[in-house]
Amino acid sequence: MIQIVKKGETSKKKKILIHISALFFALLTASLFILLMGHSPLKVYLSMIQGAFGTSYRLSETIVKTIPLVITSLGIALAFRMKFWNIGAEGQIIMGAFGASWFALSYPHLPSWILLPLMALGGLIGGGLWALIPAFFRARFRTNETIFTLMLNYIALKWITYLQNGPWKDPGALGFPKIPNFHEHAVLPRLFGIHIGWLIALILVALSALFINRTKKGYEIQVIGESENTARYAGINVPGTILTTIFLSGALCGLTGMIEASAINKTLSVEITGGVGYTAIITAWLANLKEPLIIVVSFLFAAMIQGSSYIQMAFQIPQSAAEILQGLILFFVLGSEFFIRYRIHIRRNPVKGVS
Amino acid sequence: MLASFLHAAVIAGTPLSFAILGEILTERAGKLNLGVEGLMLMGAVIGFKTALLTSNPFLALCGAALAGAAGALIFAFLTVTLRSNQVVTGLALTIFGTGFASFVGQGLAGFVTPEQVKSFFHPLPLPLLSRIPFLGEVLFDHSIFVYAGYLVVIAAYFYLYKTRFGLNLRAVGENTAAADAAGINITKYKFVHILAGGILAGLGGAFLSLVYVPTWQDNITTGRGWIAVALVIFCKWNPIRIFIGAFLFGGLDIIGFRLQGLNIHISQYFFDMLPYIVTVLILIMMSVKDSKESSPPAELGRPYFREDK
Repeated sequence: MIQIVKKGETSKKKKILIHISALFFALLTASLFILLMGHSPLKVYLSMIQGAFGTSYRLSETIVKTIPLVITSLGIALAFRMKFWNIGAEGQIIMGAFGASWFALSYPHLPSWILLPLMALGGLIGGGLWALIPAFFRARFRTNETIFTLMLNYIALKWITYLQNGPWKDPGALGFPKIPNFHEHAVLPRLFGIHIGWLIALILVALSALFINRTKKGYEIQVIGESENTARYAGINVPGTILTTIFLSGALCGLTGMIEASAINKTLSVEITGGVGYTAIITAWLANLKEPLIIVVSFLFAAMIQGSSYIQMAFQIPQSAAEILQGLILFFVLGSEFFIRYRIHIRRNPVKGVS
Repeated sequence: MLASFLHAAVIAGTPLSFAILGEILTERAGKLNLGVEGLMLMGAVIGFKTALLTSNPFLALCGAALAGAAGALIFAFLTVTLRSNQVVTGLALTIFGTGFASFVGQGLAGFVTPEQVKSFFHPLPLPLLSRIPFLGEVLFDHSIFVYAGYLVVIAAYFYLYKTRFGLNLRAVGENTAAADAAGINITKYKFVHILAGGILAGLGGAFLSLVYVPTWQDNITTGRGWIAVALVIFCKWNPIRIFIGAFLFGGLDIIGFRLQGLNIHISQYFFDMLPYIVTVLILIMMSVKDSKESSPPAELGRPYFREDK
């Protein structure tokens, strides 16, 4: 008979081994799909790697795709640590981009060194306030934040659609519904060939790690995540901490929106997020909400996305294959956690009468 | 005028009623499945693809149901057998389902549901009932898919409150340990109801792609799966209240379109926001008047591990 027993602490080495084998099984399952489509899995995976790292241009594209994932994952991780299921990053990115774009379009002639910080501020506030709405109701009435934050994604998207087709429509675009391009003053500068977002991302990783591990607020967030009741008995101001943390969480996502609008799109559009808000949920979770790991996982996922846009051309495999692969990886890792927490005993001779 | 509006609201609410019912059964077993959006998309795309390939409405429905069941099986295996985090597993299912639907649906955009399938789902006024003034037009002049929606909701109500299985299911959701001790096979109950939830969500998706739209478009559900999860709270986990929740939202879904015909000059994009805004308002309302009657199954979202007790 099979008996399942809770394990004590699993060694770090074993944990990593279990996660890597989960990744392996996910790729193996994906290989079956690729085989069914009549391609050689090995060839597809190899050309994915080539597509992501093959040339210096492709590598820089992979890094460019890593930046928004890292910053958004940091924001999501902050909320998840408190077990506040913020799945509204997508909307917070959009509203951050909206805040930044408002400055960019209203004051296009300000010099860069004033305009860019203002846009960043707009991004932080836009994303932060948008996240604050569900945080307020969660803190005050325990309103379910999961669905709340998700609904706000759709509302933010419709808001931008409205702007794009209405008040912010570019009169010079011959009736095509788009928002005017930013002035060059509103575009983030480059550093070593890649827009400066990479430096911002690295700084934010360091700041987040310090905040969570070295400050009182960071500690309080972790206590709330463990148990809200414990936190309350310990005298922690739970509603206040929820509000501040979720504002910060949304602000980080909003900053992603500012960076993407300024450096990549050079305007505001409904496609500004490219699904980053959802992918970052996976990366944050897979990184176990740990800041340094977030860089690694985000880079791997960016490579997967970049690689899959390459195999789309080479093998006519739709780009949504990347989403399926992401889902599979997450399934396998989620399943593998079982083997970290439990041990399975198989007993040969069950004692009769006892089950 | 009003009757024709309500008639359209019932149609628009039907995919929701399937999905809400599925999630109610799942949550009654103590499992919070946030993957409804993904399940609906999987059902929608497989249903549509099967319809295109076979022109057979039954096979299309079977395909959709199977797709939903397959997705739900992943969820059930991970959360029940392997005890994974339900919130994240549900999210993973939505991400997977969304990718799956756009993958399978690649190149299907613009295709129309085949004529044989369309005519099968054509409105079929019920004899006698459809002649009731007003109500007849609103409720009984529909496709058999809509009637099937009424039937499963009513059947689920009786199942849940009038049968032993329903009683057992509620016990599993309220106190898993007690149900386990009473000799109820809790694993079986959880698997069966999560799978039933997946089948219903898949059928809800198929209603969208086969009857409501009825062409293929990417992300055809536009958040209806998430709205369904929210409306479970509004329905207080009671199937009969689906008739209010689903059809109210059906109305919100089409109100913008209807008002445009009346020359009211408010941007359509604000009307498009309405279902999402009202969902948020309902969530807030339900949490503010947090009463005993409207509380979720006590075990919702908790993993159960017999050896822990």
